[in-house]
Amino acid sequence: MIHPTFFGNLEVYLLVALILLSFGLYGLISRPGLISMLISVELILNGAGLNFMAFNTFIAPDKTEGATFTLFVMGLAAAEAAITLSIAVAIYRRFRLITADNLSGMKD
Amino acid sequence: MDITFSSDFSAYVAIADVTFIAFIAMTLAGGLVAILAKQLIHAVLGLILCLIGVAGLYAFLGNYFIASMQILIYVGAVSISMVFAVMLARPPAEVKQKSMRLATKIALGVIVGLFTAATVGSAVFAQHWSEAAKVTKGDTPVEIGVGLLTHNVLAFELISLVLLIAIIGSVVIAKRGRGTGTSVGGEEI
Repeated sequence: MIHPTFFGNLEVYLLVALILLSFGLYGLISRPGLISMLISVELILNGAGLNFMAFNTFIAPDKTEGATFTLFVMGLAAAEAAITLSIAVAIYRRFRLITADNLSGMKD
Repeated sequence: MDITFSSDFSAYVAIADVTFIAFIAMTLAGGLVAILAKQLIHAVLGLILCLIGVAGLYAFLGNYFIASMQILIYVGAVSISMVFAVMLARPPAEVKQKSMRLATKIALGVIVGLFTAATVGSAVFAQHWSEAAKVTKGDTPVEIGVGLLTHNVLAFELISLVLLIAIIGSVVIAKRGRGTGTSVGGEEI
């Protein structure tokens, strides 16, 4: 019997998810634009989903739970992306820019 | 779950390991492009690469249903709507920020990212994750669907409500800016 070096280990998936989380946090703080921040949030949510699926595959007794949670994360991410993108487009129509720093006053 | 293979398949396992590394590299490279690209459309394309890599990792975890859902929902819907928003909003180049504030933000981002990685990583990797005693349910789409309609039904209904509200809300928000007021939609801004 042989054990696969990489894809049979839980820690590899956790490391990738951790790197995705820190990438997302970096982007969320350092990027000024609304859509860039949304992209960073998607990275964080993907790290969370990858964590759920890794734990689900390796150590969960009930293997429907992690998959269900990942599906819910995807649904919430889709809803959040729809709302954020429509807000970004509406703000662009009004202010002609979508950087988050300039949006402290929403009523003109 | 301990993943082992018969020794007859050692060449295949080696090939699968290389493919796995390639998917990880795709994920991390896509994530890097997504957070570092100057042009917003490049960031969206990097995000698409990252999402496809994560879908490959889901496939390596043995759950092809979630992998295909990842491709369908994220790559097919979320990223494409992002591309539409980028085209509609035509954002200014983000490099035109005042450079000192941008440097401060980048330093803050590096600090927070590294701090989170260090703390969460040290907590996670110090732990020895033991396996469950026995598997009670598998991860086939049939079992996930039965679970969605039995003991997860409240969350299922709630997320359908959330999606409905998101659809209505995004239509209302995107429609309000167009044509109702005099100061919007025209060139006089």
